[in-house]
Amino acid sequence: IYVVFFYFISSEERHLRANDREYNLSFMYANNAIKTSKYNVFTFLPLNLFEQFQRLANAYFVFLLILQLIPQISSLSWFTTVVPLLLVLSITLAKDLSDDITRHKNDKHVNNRKVEVLINGELKSEKWMNVQVGDIVKLENNEFVTADLLLLSSSEPLNLIYIETAELDGLVTETLIKYTISILYISGEVRCEPPNNRLDKFTGTLTVRGETFALDNERILLRGCTLRNTEWCFGLVVFGGPDTKLMQNSGKSIFKRTSIDHLMNFLVMFIFGFLAFLCAILSIGNGIWEYQEGNSFITFLPRADGANASLSAFLTFWSYVIILNTVVPISLYVSVEILRLGNSYFIDWDCKMYHVKSNTPAQARTTTLNEELGQIKYIFSDKTGTLTQNIMTFNRCSINGKSYGKKKIDFSWNSLADSKFCFHDHKLVEAVKSGSPEVRAFFRLLALCHTVMAEEKTEGELFYQAQSPDEGALVTAARNFGFVFRSRTPETISLVEMGVPTTYELLAVLDFNNVRKRMSVIVRNPEGKLTLYCKGADTIIFERLHPLSSKLMEVTTEHLNEYAGEGLRTLALAYKDLDEDKFEEWKERHHEASTSLEDREAKLDAIYEEIEKDLLLLGASAVEDKLQDGVPQTIEQLAKADIKIWVLTGDKQETAENIGYSCNMLREEMKEIFIVASNTAEEVREELVNARKKMSPESGDEPPIEKSRFLGKKSQVVEDEKVNGEYGLVINGHSLAFALQKDMQLELLRTACMCQAVICCRVTPLQKAQVVELVKKHKKAVTLAIGDGANDVSMIKTAHIGVGISGQEGMQAVLSSDFSFAQFRYLQRLLLVHGRWSYLRMCKFLRYFFYKNFTFTFVHFWYAFFCGFSAQTVYDEWFITLYNLIYAALPVIGLSLFDQDVNDRWSFQYPQLYAPGQLNQYFSKMAFARILLHSCYSSLILFFVPWAAMCDTVRDDGKDIADYQSFALLAQTCLLIVVSVQLGLDTYYWTAVSQFFLWGSLSVYFAVTFTMYSNGMYLIFTSSFPFIGTARNSLNQPNIWLTIFLTTILCILPVVAKRFLFIQLKPTINDKVGSTPRKVPRRRISTRRSGYAFSHARGYGDLVTSGRFLRIPVKTRSALFPHTDTTLYLYKKNM
Amino acid sequence: MKNEGKSAQRPDNTAFTQQRLPAWQPILSAGIVIPGFLIIGLAFIGIGIGLFLTSQTIQVQEMDYTGVEKDSPCFRCTIPSNLNCTCEVTFSLSTLFTGPVFFYYGLSNYYQNFRRYGVSKDYNQLTGDTRYFKSRSPEEDCSPYSYDSNNNPIVPCGAIANSIFNDTFELYQIINGTKKQVPLDGRGISWWTDYNIKYRNPSPVNGSLAKAFDGTVKPINWPRPAYELDLTDPNNNGFLNQDFLVWMRRAALPQFRKLYRRITDGDYAAGLPAGNYSLTVHYNYPVLSFDGRKKVVFSNVSWMGGKNNFLGLAYLVVGSLCVVMSVVMLVVYAKFKFSDDDDA
Repeated sequence: IYVVFFYFISSEERHLRANDREYNLSFMYANNAIKTSKYNVFTFLPLNLFEQFQRLANAYFVFLLILQLIPQISSLSWFTTVVPLLLVLSITLAKDLSDDITRHKNDKHVNNRKVEVLINGELKSEKWMNVQVGDIVKLENNEFVTADLLLLSSSEPLNLIYIETAELDGLVTETLIKYTISILYISGEVRCEPPNNRLDKFTGTLTVRGETFALDNERILLRGCTLRNTEWCFGLVVFGGPDTKLMQNSGKSIFKRTSIDHLMNFLVMFIFGFLAFLCAILSIGNGIWEYQEGNSFITFLPRADGANASLSAFLTFWSYVIILNTVVPISLYVSVEILRLGNSYFIDWDCKMYHVKSNTPAQARTTTLNEELGQIKYIFSDKTGTLTQNIMTFNRCSINGKSYGKKKIDFSWNSLADSKFCFHDHKLVEAVKSGSPEVRAFFRLLALCHTVMAEEKTEGELFYQAQSPDEGALVTAARNFGFVFRSRTPETISLVEMGVPTTYELLAVLDFNNVRKRMSVIVRNPEGKLTLYCKGADTIIFERLHPLSSKLMEVTTEHLNEYAGEGLRTLALAYKDLDEDKFEEWKERHHEASTSLEDREAKLDAIYEEIEKDLLLLGASAVEDKLQDGVPQTIEQLAKADIKIWVLTGDKQETAENIGYSCNMLREEMKEIFIVASNTAEEVREELVNARKKMSPESGDEPPIEKSRFLGKKSQVVEDEKVNGEYGLVINGHSLAFALQKDMQLELLRTACMCQAVICCRVTPLQKAQVVELVKKHKKAVTLAIGDGANDVSMIKTAHIGVGISGQEGMQAVLSSDFSFAQFRYLQRLLLVHGRWSYLRMCKFLRYFFYKNFTFTFVHFWYAFFCGFSAQTVYDEWFITLYNLIYAALPVIGLSLFDQDVNDRWSFQYPQLYAPGQLNQYFSKMAFARILLHSCYSSLILFFVPWAAMCDTVRDDGKDIADYQSFALLAQTCLLIVVSVQLGLDTYYWTAVSQFFLWGSLSVYFAVTFTMYSNGMYLIFTSSFPFIGTARNSLNQPNIWLTIFLTTILCILPVVAKRFLFIQLKPTINDKVGSTPRKVPRRRISTRRSGYAFSHARGYGDLVTSGRFLRIPVKTRSALFPHTDTTLYLYKKNM
Repeated sequence: MKNEGKSAQRPDNTAFTQQRLPAWQPILSAGIVIPGFLIIGLAFIGIGIGLFLTSQTIQVQEMDYTGVEKDSPCFRCTIPSNLNCTCEVTFSLSTLFTGPVFFYYGLSNYYQNFRRYGVSKDYNQLTGDTRYFKSRSPEEDCSPYSYDSNNNPIVPCGAIANSIFNDTFELYQIINGTKKQVPLDGRGISWWTDYNIKYRNPSPVNGSLAKAFDGTVKPINWPRPAYELDLTDPNNNGFLNQDFLVWMRRAALPQFRKLYRRITDGDYAAGLPAGNYSLTVHYNYPVLSFDGRKKVVFSNVSWMGGKNNFLGLAYLVVGSLCVVMSVVMLVVYAKFKFSDDDDA
């Protein structure tokens, strides 16, 4: 039993004693040294090479190299493979090396940071790496947090500390953390969870002198943060080095691949097959040739292995695999990486996506997805903080059946007012001033029932720290109306009520969570009266009201409907006077529940439930959250680009609908907006079907499914259906839950995808991901999810592309996103400009890259018929080596980094230009087939024109020019000039850089060629450069240049003619835009309604009551406030 | 850590980072494409006419002497047992064959571009480096002509050298029934770079080139060793023998011609006058086994090299196509110009 017990401790749970190194060391916990580097001096080369050779491309190179080392097969010298291989390897090697050196330096720097550690009752300076689990460390202001610490004490009042979580999420967020034990020389024992990567969760217990306390995340100070505005603090090391949450988090992320990647892989597989096919043809040709002619040619070339036709054919197959290997463009992957990286940098560098206010540039966090930005068909957006600013202002309220809030008022009578606050109703001020008890109770509630922290650095200058912006808004409202929240201690809350300082005794905080959707405080006023104040979601509060309030409830409900109709987020407020005895008894049971180790949460909820009943309604508050700048315009632009936008929000239906209108998603001119809000699966299905029939009467019952099998993966793709006119769909969470069930999800998908805009309200984070998954799975479309909060993370990770708004809700969304920026409106630039360009560039790159390699290779194929299928190369081996590496590398990179068909202004002016990306028009299997044909044509020209021109001809002095070496030079020069001119033709945007690359590469070609064919090179490396003199002897011949010219014209002019005719006959969007630059009238943006939002999160309930309620249950932090569905308003509407 | 300051993270506002580099955007507009095609077409027709006319002025006299047909003069030489066979090919010129006249031999269906034939040489050896006479440079492959059956190193090694063309020719003008030999000039028929840089003889040992070849054997098919290739001119021996150099520059295609001699001297400096000629062929080179053909070609040259009608014709055809294309495009453009204004 003992053994089992011990095992349990060491593997499942972490067990440590403060200040007892010997004891802690027995568990062999990792110390605080970190190692992020991958290699050391000795392992670098072997390990790195091992990793590199695991890549298919490099393995393929090695395979070729082995083939080349077999003399019977080797049709090319070894260097043609080794040079590019070495180059690719060494580039990667250098990159990895510099990365690892940086990591080594960082590790060393971090490990050698000093911190003060308490050893034997004395503070000693220690290096970070020597800090052990269980040590007590002292941090000072602006110091980095050494390890994951359990906070013990701090210099600040209330033992709070301020931290900046920069290293964790890259943004300055000030957070409060609370202290527990003020005794330094404790011998406490901590039991906690094993190391994990959840930043927002911690479970454990602390035992001091037999007493056990529960520990949660609020008491843990994570490595990676910085201490701010706090003189000092003490902490107990819980996790060190590699076990810290920071290090645990820096693991692998999900690897997303783009559709182009998939297509590319498919094509590479196809090309492998094609290569085998070509080689098979040539080897059969060789067999026949050997049989018919080779036998006789033996006079001049006897062979040791005899004239065995089949053996020769077999060897020829492999020889041609070597020669034609350039059809499988291995440098493709390297080049693709380079250009994606380049295009990512352009996103990072874009000034127009830099937000000055928050000093945040856009960031491409994943550099491998760029071109997919140009193919987005569906956008899934969060609302709060994404479409809206998430800055709340108190806007309207209903007190005791009276609704306030229409005109602007002056708060100059209140010296403690927040100058930025404005409210639009004078009557309310009158009511406060006249001392109406309900109004006063209303604002007293707002001033008391919250978890906001107040800071008053100088007299009268109050600063509130709130967990959610709406809480801040409510407290600020109370403050402006004369109920100023000034400060708090664990036991008290100090207010200034209409100028009179009043102190309430805080007895309990019944904090907010997702299920409860309400929070309450129990306070004792100076007169000794006990009161419970409660605020929460209207439905929740209304369920718990005293019958006395039923009449008021009706009136308030009407007001709430009105507010929600205006897009405001609402809360209902209620209170209840408590009996001293009853409370004492309740408090005892509460303590009991809160210290129980099992089911703590459920027990506490039950206890809370008991006391939060028979409430008396005070009224309701309504808070607005303005839309971010440019949201309607952005959404309109995206809609014009035929991108469908789905908003997934936790809001109520009315609020969501209004947001839909105000941000231009739902428009007046839409034919109809369907609302699905039913309570049974059957009704939901019916509504969905009805909506679909209305949009498209001829649509059948069976979804138009296109089943496809691709590489063993079965996929069901629902095709798009034709719809006349624009429609919108609003669906609530309840219905969504039904609709997402297996048997109905296709129905939902069909209906929703026919609509221009879809709004899902009251959605949980899981549902968000489910919706995205649904579209991703059954639509051949690229999806993008954008959000800013922790509740969007699942959706961001699910979608093809996740975008994080680096906003106010913390950085978790950004951390899991692929791209991030500060404002929603930058999305249109990201998609319509960067995405479009990236897609265009990637496709152009691929088209050109395949073209240039196929053309290069096919010439060999034609030559085979004239050299007895002997695997004789057409070009000089050096040309083969350098073609992809030097001569044709930079121009194509230049093309794919700098090209733009239209500039950014035009992209905005004509969002329709985005459509080709969605339809995959620029690069597809069809396009690939066309490239294949084009290459075939070009290679035929490139071989047969020089062939015919050189046949039986001589130099102008009668000497030889039809020799192999001159022919090789002619063929390769023709090829390079043709592909260069083709590149120029493909370039829409001739910048100095791309021209420099183009002409530079050509001149490098001639320079290198003349150098390699020079006397000096031959005398030094005789057998490597046998082409000596070829350039001199043939490039001075007019007929050589006339041939080059003819070849170029023959390859290029048909392309020009074809393009010109297509522009005339079948103009694309681009051509139309290119030929008629004119203004498109802007669509009027509907301003009929204003848009608002509201959010709420769990506060510092346990924090502010710390002294009293040490054992606070471990709760997960909430997402949006009102989560489940309230269909109250809908019933009314439907009635 | 973090850079403080208001806009520390603001990206650089340069034309490069903002992708606003000044640029020219070529558009395939009708104003450029249609006249462009027309101009290119006309230019091509012009060049084509020039090339074609030039090509027409080049005189070529080509004679197959393989001896496939029974009645052909060299038929008897095709019998393998007939060693040192000589045959005579006669031809007549009706007009003056303008000089300088170049005398080529041509082979067809002969795969000098066969890969394994092509690699079968050793450039190190051919630069006269005697180190490679007995041992072989590792990256070269002379097999199967590296060593003879007695394992003696062959110099020059390899299939190319071994298969050197060894028919010889004498040209006579027949004046009134008597043969007047036409002097053939074999100097300077190879590339300057080949003769002066690429190929070098080994340094003579004690003044004798033959001694430098000590310990090596001649290629199997050669009647005499390399240093005795030209018995008449001691300077035309070894690796610098002109015929050897011409042969070593292997052809790109299975049908090729190589320069044999030039006719530049004496009475024939201005060309071959009209009249009857007789060509004596010392028939040694067997080609019939692989269905090959041998021919002799007399030709003069122009600025565009030897006679080749292809380039001229190709230019004419492409030029005409361009002109036709420009008309087609003009028609299409005129027809569709207005329609695309409506639905942009």
